[in-house]
Amino acid sequence: MANLAAVVGIGQTRYETRRGDVSIAGLVHEAALRALQDADLGWNAIDAVIIGKAPDMFEGVVMPEIYLADALGGNGKPMLRVHTAGSVGGSTALVAASHVQSGTFRRVLTVTFEKQSESNAMWALSSKHPFSPHLNAGAGGYFAPIMREYIRRSKAPYDVGIKVAVKDRLHGARNPLAHLQLPNITTQEVEASPMLWDPIRFLESCPSSDGACAMVIADESLVHESPQRPAWIKGVAMRSEPTMYAGRDEVNPQAGRACAADVYRQAGITHPRRELDCAEIYVPFSWYEPMWLENLGFAEQGQGWKLTMAGATSLDEAGDIPWNCSGGVLSSNPIGASGMIRFAEAARQVRGDAGQHQVDGAATAMGHAYGGGAQFFAMWIVSSGKA
Amino acid sequence: MREAAIVSFAQLDCVRNAGALNEVELIMPVINGALSGAGLGSVQEVDFTCSGSSDYQQGVAFSFVLGVDALGAVPPINESHVEMDAAWALYEAILKIRMGHADSALIYGFGKSSPGELPAVLSQQLDPYYLAPLWVDTVSLAALQARMMLDQGIISELDMAEVVARSRRNALANNPHAQLKGEVTAQQLLQADPWVSPLRKHDCCPISDGASAMVICTLERARQWGKPCAVIRGIDHRIESHNPGVRDLTRSVSTEHAASHAGAANGRVQVAELHAPFSHQEIILSRALGLGDGTDINPSGGVLAGNLMMASGLSRIGEVAKRIIAGEVQRGVAHATSGPCLQHNLVTVLEAA
Repeated sequence: MANLAAVVGIGQTRYETRRGDVSIAGLVHEAALRALQDADLGWNAIDAVIIGKAPDMFEGVVMPEIYLADALGGNGKPMLRVHTAGSVGGSTALVAASHVQSGTFRRVLTVTFEKQSESNAMWALSSKHPFSPHLNAGAGGYFAPIMREYIRRSKAPYDVGIKVAVKDRLHGARNPLAHLQLPNITTQEVEASPMLWDPIRFLESCPSSDGACAMVIADESLVHESPQRPAWIKGVAMRSEPTMYAGRDEVNPQAGRACAADVYRQAGITHPRRELDCAEIYVPFSWYEPMWLENLGFAEQGQGWKLTMAGATSLDEAGDIPWNCSGGVLSSNPIGASGMIRFAEAARQVRGDAGQHQVDGAATAMGHAYGGGAQFFAMWIVSSGKA
Repeated sequence: MREAAIVSFAQLDCVRNAGALNEVELIMPVINGALSGAGLGSVQEVDFTCSGSSDYQQGVAFSFVLGVDALGAVPPINESHVEMDAAWALYEAILKIRMGHADSALIYGFGKSSPGELPAVLSQQLDPYYLAPLWVDTVSLAALQARMMLDQGIISELDMAEVVARSRRNALANNPHAQLKGEVTAQQLLQADPWVSPLRKHDCCPISDGASAMVICTLERARQWGKPCAVIRGIDHRIESHNPGVRDLTRSVSTEHAASHAGAANGRVQVAELHAPFSHQEIILSRALGLGDGTDINPSGGVLAGNLMMASGLSRIGEVAKRIIAGEVQRGVAHATSGPCLQHNLVTVLEAA
């Protein structure tokens, strides 16, 4: 019943530790303008603006859509701000798509960003909730025990995370926009880096980045007005579950499995490893690759690490299902934008314009984001084929 | 496009300080109220859930995450959140229904403003380079707006006081959830000293803790449930420039545009609930919506009677829906706002089925 929509423009900033040369408005404007240029459109061609970012405390601006209306050509238009924790970049793309798929608008601009250099994310993630125990752990401290439980259950060798860290940085070295440029990274170097939250070493963790990512999403009837090959949106899904409940499996969350099943059903996918050509999956800490390989049905339970170790997810090892060819979250992490970067990079792959990190002949790709205590999920599947 | 309708609405009493109640405890009663009002037993029986809140009210990042604990989201649910008034969560839910990915949805908004200083918190909505460092707060910006209107002869201080007197009177007569209510005349109100000139304290909405929630669904689903409903005939929102110096603050162009796109003028407006945190803003909004004597404006008392930050806009929609569902009126308009001096406005047109 939903109208057919496609990504017709993509714009990203370079991701780096600190973009001191631009304001927050300048940062989002840069990504938005590049998306419009990519789509060969002006600001007037946009019906609505949908923005997303992670907590406002990362920059200290409350409800920043209010301030960013001018920088994003929002005057006189609807402007919506999404916030679903770390999955927000993905959720924002989905909410933007729904503006078109619902038939309400014909062409929208969506932008996500984080300017983490404006504050300290570790602080913003560790503030005390009234009436709740104070963890002061940041994201790495929160997820470390869950990764250890995965290792215990799957009996995975200790160096799977190291392999993922090297693989994604080698992918990132092919992507000029990636924050970390480590073309000569070695397993020894990762192994020797300081242990932050066992089992996560410094080089097995995502960086903290400034950056923005934007897309123009258009109704089928307007796709021809933009020169790029469209990335058709074939499936869209979100799922949430509580942070804690009796019997919750935090290693293999039910919400992730349910979200994947929904998006595969819409896109007609029954065997993701075989039918997808590549995937951009939210892996902020190395061990989340094998965990999500299982959660998303690319491998049987307990077997995900074997795909990683066999090179199945590596572009450099000519794997059959490359994951995070752009370098992933391990190479660039402007938190609020990280999910949308996954969605946009999936679209770039099926457009065939991913440059040095292009998967040859990619026709169908998946974008994925998660957030909170691995409890919020957003996914889409895009394809070069319309039908 | 498929139409959506409101079948139930629930709200808490607006109170200045909810004390030790946390957000989950504020949300649960309205979620249960909205679900049971629709004849539903749990969140699992709706296809989509969307909420609105602001981290800066609670003073912690990801404050909405704990709100999910109030839902009973096991097994996992299709859920989303806007860092905006929950009226915009309703907007997102309507898109889901229009695209056929949901036949029903639960929407809720919540806010506990009491732990902080709300005007100071909202001052950090402003441009962080040029305006926020001035710490000019929402009340001061609204006062500038009121001063422009007075200086241009668009309104008088008596007009403002009459808005407040009507709000207090309506809240006393019609709204058991109101925080401020009573019989008071405009002349009596004008005796009060200025607060932030030209605003007197009663020209400003109170600060409240609380939550509200509603269930919406397709018309077909409402028939299946056997529930009377208020049909959402139109909904639209528009934002304006953030720079107060380039806007005409004495009118609301974005409300005019939103009203036009939502079709507000396509029939008689019997009742209107306007999200006007300051008395003079109700006059701006009435004019932007073209409302005249035939319209009952803010029968609930509006947000001058109680202001659930992040849920007030949704509550305005709920208040109109409630009256249509009860058969008191056939058609009404609800308005929600965000940002300083009515920068961003949403207009909903509701009709009897």
